[in-house]
Amino acid sequence: MSQKNATLRISYQDDILLADLIGEMDHHTSRQLREVLDAELHKYRPTTLVLNFEQLTFMDSSGLGFVVGRLQLLGRFGGLLRLVNVGRHIMRIFNLAGLERLPNLHIEGAAV
Amino acid sequence: MKHTPINKLSLTLPAISINESVSRAVVGAFVACLNPTINDIADLKCVVSEAVTNCIVHAYPQQDTPRKPGEIYITVVLYDDRRVKIIVRDYGCGIPDIAKAKTPLFTTDPGGERSGMGFSVMENFTDKLTVQSWVGRGTKITMFKQLH
Repeated sequence: MSQKNATLRISYQDDILLADLIGEMDHHTSRQLREVLDAELHKYRPTTLVLNFEQLTFMDSSGLGFVVGRLQLLGRFGGLLRLVNVGRHIMRIFNLAGLERLPNLHIEGAAV
Repeated sequence: MKHTPINKLSLTLPAISINESVSRAVVGAFVACLNPTINDIADLKCVVSEAVTNCIVHAYPQQDTPRKPGEIYITVVLYDDRRVKIIVRDYGCGIPDIAKAKTPLFTTDPGGERSGMGFSVMENFTDKLTVQSWVGRGTKITMFKQLH
């Protein structure tokens, strides 16, 4: 059931790792997504990780831990994190935590 | 003026993480009869997910042992003025210091990548949040939200 509630589609080009987040991110699914993504991060050590939120239909505060954890991991390689196509509801959660103030992190909202 | 309850849902689930998505899906479907806005539904699903996750992560810390996991009791009441009451109750370990637990970014589990923002999300996405907790006897979260 919920084992398939979230997946990642990952591609790598020109030192940029692009990960499309698909489905729902909560405490249960974020653990699975983290394992898959971190394996790719360790493999490629990209200068930039782009997390695409376009197909993420739900996120609670577990997503904050996920984003900050990946930012810390990228920091070890000197990499940047870009969050793109962030919907309004998910953006409210990021704003609550003041994520936009973190260095080496860029957040872009979805086109309305 | 006292408003009248028009519908009520009672849901009991074992405190296992797969039930985070189950609980919010059920509550979302139950509230849908009031034709809520997309934003209101998103808020309610999010706060249910936060409260249920707290039960799974914190209330029953021995859940990963062969012991039977504890249970989460969810009650949702719909009122005739389009208010929604959500209660999430567990009979787990309880919270020794509620004020500290509600502090933004506070977490007892930093290694687990918990953000410590669960209560902040619940407070911001509802109109009223009450936390009652008894050490060794569990926690009761009560939330109200007026639908648009």
